[in-house]
Amino acid sequence: MVRFIFTRLSLVVPTFIGITLIVFVLVRLIPGDPIETMAGERGIDPARLAQLRHEYGFDQPVFVQYLYYLGRLFQGDLGRSIVTHEAVITEFKALFPATVELAVCSIIFALCLGLPAGIIAAVRRNSIFDHGVMGASLTGYSMPIFWWGLLLILLFSVQLGFTPVSGRISVMFYVESVTGFLLVDTLLVGDYDAFRSALAHLILPTIVLGTRPLAVIARMTRSSMLEVLGEDYIRTARAKGLPAYRVIAVHALRNALIPVVTVIGLQVGVLFTGAILTETIFSWPGVGKWLIEGINRRDYPVLQGGTLIIGAIIMIINLLVDVTYGLINPRIRYQR
Amino acid sequence: MTAETIPTPVAAPNTGPPHPLAEFWLYFRANAGAVVGLFVIVGLVVVALLADVISPHSPIITNNTVFLKPPFWQAGGTLAYPLGTDAIGRDILSRLIHGARLSLLIGIAVVVLAVFAGTVLGLVAGFFRGMIEIVIMRLMDITLTLPSLLLAIVIVAILGPGLMNAMLAVSVVLLPHYVRIARAAVISEVAKDYVTAARVIGAGRMRLMFKEVLPNCVAPLIVQATLGISTAILDAAALGFLGLGAQPPTPEWGTMLADAREFVVRAWWVVTLPGVAILVTVLAFNLFGDGLRDALDPKLKR
Repeated sequence: MVRFIFTRLSLVVPTFIGITLIVFVLVRLIPGDPIETMAGERGIDPARLAQLRHEYGFDQPVFVQYLYYLGRLFQGDLGRSIVTHEAVITEFKALFPATVELAVCSIIFALCLGLPAGIIAAVRRNSIFDHGVMGASLTGYSMPIFWWGLLLILLFSVQLGFTPVSGRISVMFYVESVTGFLLVDTLLVGDYDAFRSALAHLILPTIVLGTRPLAVIARMTRSSMLEVLGEDYIRTARAKGLPAYRVIAVHALRNALIPVVTVIGLQVGVLFTGAILTETIFSWPGVGKWLIEGINRRDYPVLQGGTLIIGAIIMIINLLVDVTYGLINPRIRYQR
Repeated sequence: MTAETIPTPVAAPNTGPPHPLAEFWLYFRANAGAVVGLFVIVGLVVVALLADVISPHSPIITNNTVFLKPPFWQAGGTLAYPLGTDAIGRDILSRLIHGARLSLLIGIAVVVLAVFAGTVLGLVAGFFRGMIEIVIMRLMDITLTLPSLLLAIVIVAILGPGLMNAMLAVSVVLLPHYVRIARAAVISEVAKDYVTAARVIGAGRMRLMFKEVLPNCVAPLIVQATLGISTAILDAAALGFLGLGAQPPTPEWGTMLADAREFVVRAWWVVTLPGVAILVTVLAFNLFGDGLRDALDPKLKR
């Protein structure tokens, strides 16, 4: 097992360096000088421009800039935003909890609906329920979520007035940040009105972001359950006279969940892609919206740092999924 | 009980195995969803081809006498603009029709580019192994690690917003899937006897790669390509929505939605209809792709 983890880890380092290189090169290829962009239409004095370019290191050869970048990176320095002059890592840390809160709620939403739907669809194969679940999940999978968000806003916020249109919490409330998760922070303070407000703001973004994972989880659970239900040990369990719910919940589900767990792990990248769109629609103050703003302002360090951190996070989660999978399933562990 | 089981003597002799296409249709037909998907795609292709003929108005020219007219069945709507008009008086139906042309073009162009580049890279990786393979596959792994839309956004930011650049960006994002499939197929095919036989006869590397091995790797690539079209349409629309894809006044569905955002409260049709178009198109390609996979997968047959 130690060797297995070690092999996986040894693959992570070159991938990470590769990500830094690609992100660096891509971002350097962006046309337009960031300092001139900062100066805007007023223009800038050439001497001042040269001085600033020197200060930010833009006058060095590109590969020297990369080495400096890498050097700073290993000291935990991801650079400063050109627009706000705040350290990228500080900005990221401030916004990340909002994205995590949204993503975690979405995954919980997707699991709570997707697992039972998939299980029931598999047990009642070819029933109307099964066809309904499969149809709905394919629709969810094909859904342009940026439109789905607008549609839900149109229906629930504009027509029915149930939920707020955008933001994370009503401006009436001020909550001291302890964990950064508003649902937790409001409860810690004991401010239930603020909690309700935070919850109401969270509902639509959660549904929008959770739709795609929900579709994937329902489909995966169903097909995985169908496979397991055809196994001999299920027939044995049935033949022993065990009640149907026990056969399904204990014998079948445990084994069927293994591929589902992997799929959930792999949803992290998908979730992030979704978060960019969801946060843009709902003005959710998270990392996705921050990156889009970074692009529009040509804020190189934000783009560079943000993409890198996200890449690293996804890499680590994939590694954890791999290792967990190795723990659950010895057959994986002993390959290579 | 007896009559049905007796084989009819007329059909049995000298028919041989059915033509591969006929056999494919036999399996494909059984999947109702896939057939519906196919019909929708055919319908979209017809609409796209006839866009100039069937659209009642120009998709771009504005008419300042008809701002935000509702669809014809609502009070205030007219049949002259069956699905209403947008904020600057353009006919929504005409824009949707021309949008179909664009979306199909985007989907097909992106996938053709990704499949072509991906197959070549995959073949090279699978054939030459060693350092070349490691470099190609590592690059693809890294591409897969980054969230697809984020990578596409970064690429568009470099190249500048626009339809062409958005298509290029989406191709890059889709690339790793085809590289992986092609490489895996090559590695399993290369060990087979027919390749050894061709090699013994003296076939060169290029011939082995493209004439011998490639035709036997086509099925999984076709399936992935069909499903890739739906991803391409969806991602390109997302870029359009973020203002990084097709630029106004191009009647691209995602771009139309971006323009429509501020009218959520006043004009539901401006917001709803382009999304319906995206959803139906993507759904059709996914249904069709699923059916294709089932029909082409020998493991699922019989």
